Amino acid sequence: MTEAVKRFAASAEWHKWWTQFRVIAAREYHRNVFTKRGLWIYFLAFAPAAIILMHALNELDSNCTMSEDTKILSGIIMLFYVRLGIFFGCLGLFTWLFRGEIVQKSLHYYFLAPVRREVLVLGKFAAGVLTSVTLFGAGVLLCYIFMYGHFGVAGQNFTFDGPGLGHLRNYLAITVLACVGYGAIFLALSLVVKNPIIPGTMVFMWEAISGVFPDILQKMSVTFYLKSLAPVPLKEEGILALFTVVPDPVPLWLAIPGMAVMAAVMLVFACWRIQSVEVTYSTSD
Amino acid sequence: MTQPPSDLIVFDNVSKFYGDVLGVNKVNLTIAPGITSLVGPNGSGKTTLMNLLTGLVLPTQGSVTVCGLTSKDPERFFKMVGYCSQFDSFPKGITGYELVNSSLLLHGLGGRQAHDLTVEALQRVNLLDAANRKVAGYSKGMRQRIRLAQAIAHHPTVLILDEPLNGLDPMARAESIALFQSIGKQGLHVIISSHILHEVDRISDRVVLLSSGYVVAEGAIHSVRTEVKEHPMQIMVRCSNPSALASRVFALDHAVEAKIHTDGKGVLVRTCDIEKFYLLLNQIVVSGEVDVEAVAPADDDVNSIYQYLIGNDGGSI
Repeated sequence: MTEAVKRFAASAEWHKWWTQFRVIAAREYHRNVFTKRGLWIYFLAFAPAAIILMHALNELDSNCTMSEDTKILSGIIMLFYVRLGIFFGCLGLFTWLFRGEIVQKSLHYYFLAPVRREVLVLGKFAAGVLTSVTLFGAGVLLCYIFMYGHFGVAGQNFTFDGPGLGHLRNYLAITVLACVGYGAIFLALSLVVKNPIIPGTMVFMWEAISGVFPDILQKMSVTFYLKSLAPVPLKEEGILALFTVVPDPVPLWLAIPGMAVMAAVMLVFACWRIQSVEVTYSTSD
Repeated sequence: MTQPPSDLIVFDNVSKFYGDVLGVNKVNLTIAPGITSLVGPNGSGKTTLMNLLTGLVLPTQGSVTVCGLTSKDPERFFKMVGYCSQFDSFPKGITGYELVNSSLLLHGLGGRQAHDLTVEALQRVNLLDAANRKVAGYSKGMRQRIRLAQAIAHHPTVLILDEPLNGLDPMARAESIALFQSIGKQGLHVIISSHILHEVDRISDRVVLLSSGYVVAEGAIHSVRTEVKEHPMQIMVRCSNPSALASRVFALDHAVEAKIHTDGKGVLVRTCDIEKFYLLLNQIVVSGEVDVEAVAPADDDVNSIYQYLIGNDGGSI
C-alpha cells in the first residue's frame, strides 16, 4: 500500500498536476493580494485591529479589566469576523475568482492551457484560502496583540503562562476554517449564478438563523462548526442568542473534519460544474 | 465503428445554439493537414466553429475531434493545439513576456525551458524588444502578435487562428503569412479565419465557406469552384489571334461568352464545361492556328467563390 502511494506520488501525472496547481495558486495569490479592487477586504480584516489599537491607547491609564477585554475580543471575532468580515471578504474574493476572469475576458487563457479544469478550480481555491487566511489571520493576530499588549506583564502572563495562547490558537483555527468553508461555498456559487448578491444574502440569512433548525440542518452551516470552537463563550441573551447559543457543541477533532467534508462537497460540485462552463463573454457578463 | 484517422479534424453533425440563436448547424467536416481557411461574412459561424474546435464552447449536438482527441482531455489536447483567439483582452497588468511564459509554465515546463520557448516565440513574432512592456500599452498589431506568440510558443501541431491578420501592418502581415505557410508546409494543421480574401487565397490549401451558420462549400479552392455549376468558369487566354480563338469558342455548345480583351491581345472565355474548352484549346494550339502565351483562370479564387456562393446576401465580410 505504501509503495503504491509512493509510486503515485512520484508519477509524472501527479508531478505535473502539482506543478500546475502551484503555478495557478501563486499567480492567483499575487493577483488577489496586490489589487486595488481588494482594498475593502483589507479594511474588513484590519479595521477591528485599528479600533482595538485606539482602545488600547486610550485605556493605558484607565482601569479596564482583562476579563472584560477577553469577552470583547471573543465578541469581535465570533460576531464581527466570522459573521461579517470573513463572510463578506470571502464573498468578494471567491466569487471573483472565476467571475473576475469572465468580466475581464481572460478566462480563455486558462481554458486553452493543457490543465485539467479541476486543477484550475483547486488552484484558485487554494489561492483564495491563502489570501483570506493571510489577511484575516493577520487581522485576528493584531487584534489579540493590541488587546492584551497594553496590559503589559499581566498580558504576557495571560498569553504565555495562562490560557492566552490556547485562545489565540482557537481564534486562528476559527479564521482558517471560516475561510475554507465560506470560500468553498462562494466558489461553487460563483459557477452557478452570475450575480453573487442574492445567493450571498441567502447564505448570510441561513448562517444567521440555522441555529433554530434541527441538528442535521445545522450541520450544513459554517458557523455551526465554528461556534463550538470559541474559547470564550458569548452571552446567550436576547437577539444575540441566535448567534451565540451552541445547543450541541462539536469538539475540535470533529469540527475540522466536519468543515473539511462540507468544503470538499462544495469543491467536488465546483469541479463538476466547471466542466460545462463556456467562454461566451458577450453573453456572460 | 471505425476510428477517424489520427491526423484529421472531424466535425460530426455539429450544431451550436446560444439559447435560441443559431451559431452553426449540422456541420459535417473532415479537415486534413495543411492550411484551411474559414471564410464567411460576420455572424456566419467562423468563430463559433473555432471555439467549438477548442472546447471554449460546447456543441449542442454532435462531436468534434482533433487528431482523435477532444478538449475533454485538455492535457493532451492543448499540448497539440494552439489557439490565437479574437478576444482582444489580457490578464491585468501582464507584460508580453509574462503572458507567453505563464502559459508555458501551465504546460508543466521547467523555468529554463519555458524561458527559452518564450524568447523563441517572441522572436518569431518580432516582439522581443517589447517583451517587458505591459500588454495594455501595446498597439493593436502588437497585441495581435503577442497572442500569436502565445499560440505558437509550445510548438502546436494544430494552430487555430481567428482573424490573425487583423490590425497588422503590411510588413507584419507578410511575416505572419510566411510563418503560417512554413507551418502548413511542415504537414501541420493551420486553420485560419480571415476576411482578407486575397491573402487567404494565396496561402490556403482549402477553404470552408460559411453562411448563416451553415457550411456552404468546402474543399480545395479549384474543386469548390468547379462545383459551382451555375456560374460559368472564366478563363483569360493571352494569344496572338484573339478573334480566331473567339470564333472557334463560339462554336461550342457550352461556351457562354468570348470577349476580346480591351488591349486586343487576349480573350476572356466563359464556359460551362472547362474540360471541353481545354481540349479545344489544345487542338487549336497543336494546329498552329493561334499562338497561346498564357492561360489563367479568371475567377478560380476565394473571392469569386465567395461572391458566387454567398454574394451580397451574406452581409459584410
